[in-house]
Amino acid sequence: MTDLTRRAFGVLLAGTAAAAMIPASARAEAMLSSLELLAPSSPGSGYDQLARAVQGVLQSKGLVSAVEVVNVAGGGGTVGLAQFVTTRPRKPTALIVGFALVGGVLSTQSAVTLKDVTPIARLMGDVDAIVVPASSDIKTLADLVAKLKENPGAVSWAGGSIGGVDHVTAGLFAKAAGVDPTAINYVVHAGGGEVLASVLGGHATVGISGYEEFRAQVDSGDLRALAVSGETRIEGVDVPTFKESGIDLAVQNWRGIVANPRMKDADRDALTAAIAEMVKSPEWAEALKTRGWIDSYQPADEFGAFLTEETTRIGQALKDAGVL
Amino acid sequence: METFNALMHGFSVATTMGNLGWCFLGVVLSTAIGVLPGIGPALTVALLLPVTYGMEPASAFIMFAGIYYGAMYGGSTTSILLNTPGESASIVTALDGHAMARQGRGAQALATAAIGSFVAGTIATIALTFVAPLMVKLALLFGPADYFALMVLALTTVTAVLGNSLSRGLASLLFGLALGLVGIDLQTGQARFTLGIPELLDGIDVVVVAVGLFAVGETLFTLARHRYETEEIYALKGSKWMSREDWRRSWKPWLRGTALGFPIGALPAGGSEIPTFLSYLTEKRLSKNPEEFGKGAIEAVAGPEAANNASAAGVLAPLLALGLPTSATAAIMLAAFQQYGIQPGPTLFDKQPELVWGLIASLYIGNLMLLILNLPLVGVWVKVLTVPRPWLYAGILLFATMGAYTLNNNITDVVLLWIIGIIGFGMRCFSVPVAPCIVGLILGPLAEQQFRRALTISQGDATVFLTQPLSLSLLIIAALLVILPFILRRRRSAA
Repeated sequence: MTDLTRRAFGVLLAGTAAAAMIPASARAEAMLSSLELLAPSSPGSGYDQLARAVQGVLQSKGLVSAVEVVNVAGGGGTVGLAQFVTTRPRKPTALIVGFALVGGVLSTQSAVTLKDVTPIARLMGDVDAIVVPASSDIKTLADLVAKLKENPGAVSWAGGSIGGVDHVTAGLFAKAAGVDPTAINYVVHAGGGEVLASVLGGHATVGISGYEEFRAQVDSGDLRALAVSGETRIEGVDVPTFKESGIDLAVQNWRGIVANPRMKDADRDALTAAIAEMVKSPEWAEALKTRGWIDSYQPADEFGAFLTEETTRIGQALKDAGVL
Repeated sequence: METFNALMHGFSVATTMGNLGWCFLGVVLSTAIGVLPGIGPALTVALLLPVTYGMEPASAFIMFAGIYYGAMYGGSTTSILLNTPGESASIVTALDGHAMARQGRGAQALATAAIGSFVAGTIATIALTFVAPLMVKLALLFGPADYFALMVLALTTVTAVLGNSLSRGLASLLFGLALGLVGIDLQTGQARFTLGIPELLDGIDVVVVAVGLFAVGETLFTLARHRYETEEIYALKGSKWMSREDWRRSWKPWLRGTALGFPIGALPAGGSEIPTFLSYLTEKRLSKNPEEFGKGAIEAVAGPEAANNASAAGVLAPLLALGLPTSATAAIMLAAFQQYGIQPGPTLFDKQPELVWGLIASLYIGNLMLLILNLPLVGVWVKVLTVPRPWLYAGILLFATMGAYTLNNNITDVVLLWIIGIIGFGMRCFSVPVAPCIVGLILGPLAEQQFRRALTISQGDATVFLTQPLSLSLLIIAALLVILPFILRRRRSAA
């Protein structure tokens, strides 16, 4: 008992000392003392990496004192989403979401959707690239389009899971190029690493995945990047966009953070404030840079509107590709 | 020579007192977390990496190395002692490892696992030092058809674990293959046999099935017969050190396990389980007393454990040479490397030699630390087996249940564990071997994916499996492995 009291006293003392040091403006908003951050996928995946990056910056900046990352994998993220929405949280919890989760909700016909969560912020993005081995006779995006028009089945695409950003981009690309999206020969791989191996080994005709997966091989000349999927070129990377190559399409993968609908208002405001503070920090800029992520921060209301738009667009793309 | 000098420089950086301390800490922490139920290497590494943030790169790497090898090793301890494999790569270890423990040879099983891991880790790290780029070039030649053939080859392992009754063994295999069908079909995104339960969308976790069949099923079976049988002695019999005979029987499997583990680990889609299967099969085929397999043959622990650790080092080859993470653990390591500005890829060895060689030197030291830590611990671990029987069983069931939950923080896995445990109990009652089921469950889905990938790329042309030289030769070896024993037996009986 004495031990506990002593510890409690210590916490109080530290708390008072800390409070005294925080300027009055910041004190108006109560700080979150703890946060559980749920990544709806396995350790090492994209959601997990973002969760751990957020954890690192929030803790090192002292914006939230204890952040715990929990992984719940499955069903393109829908298992994590369902668990997040249906379990009664014992402490403030937030969920990492992204492009693939939107597709996952649609393709698994999940009962729980992103309408059931409260958007907090979009945090980062990355763009896909279409690559071929250096030895391939496909030199430009126009060559690829010509080949697709001739015989779509003869071009095998190595990419990530059905309903994920690679698959949706490939489908949208085909449609924009005037090729039947259901006719393309899309070969699903488990993650960007396998895609890279498949293209490098010359087993698939083209590879489609996040540009970062291919960056080292494009730099070394083992792979040729035909185009990147973003609205604009990647800074410092000499690869044209789809639009520059005459395909009217821009797709960006993104990930963000949402809160539990049952989160207390005060906690949600504190989380929103902490995230807004986090994205301004140099530590966050550094975290984005080391991972090759694009800063695509959007605050809560913009992010909410974006989610609705994106759901419609991805749903349509999946219908066109014959998945839904 | 240049490589050698670079490596020596790496050692000089890694062996300062402070760095050795970090390495030791990494090994201790990851071994401790690795033995916790349901926490596989990937999660162990993910949990511990933040500890290294803010350290000097050299110190951080040496700690990574300790964490990486420690996490890989942790799973085998629970496999041997409690029949509860923590991750899929140590499932094969449980087959004979736990049988050894029940005969009072738990210490020898743990020792051969620890020394085998050290030997394999060291040799594989040497291989990584000198042949990583070449290895990776060869690995890339493997296409979907070749992977499929490799899976078929691994599937012949099932012939080594079928048991006495062909029909029972095949039934178990088919049960495993059927379980492997559950979940979203990757190529089409359609759900199969998920009964509308979202938690089944990603399929049934191999670890849940292995722990269910091994730990829960086996424990229930022993409990059911408890009052009819005299107590077996689990604890230590005789010396806790490996005898001369144990060494004689272990060293070749260590080397063969390494030879299988490293190259398959370096394959982008090789997987950590396949080398352990192939090693088990090889050892049984080469053994003078194959009848001991499944009942506590030390070769069956030595080989797969070495293969497991060598493949962990093999995974680093494509990671460093291509920046290609081929396992969840590797993906986490990659993120950690990037924190320190290491950009793995084709130019890594030229651009950042100091960092790479520092890392490789750290791997050697981490591996040695692991051995130094674990050999003395063997004596402590086997004490677990002296716990009174009812407590031990209760402990195993508790451990298994907790582990199933921790895997994915999901209650569905716990329910599944117990359903499968009860099925395992039934299988045990009717003498149906459980190992073929596990082989089917692990290899079935892998083989199916590669098979379909190969056919999708070839647009439905099935000859693709026979026209590729690699694929064809692997399939021929597989066919021989199945047919030859029959022919030999026929000849022997004719003679």
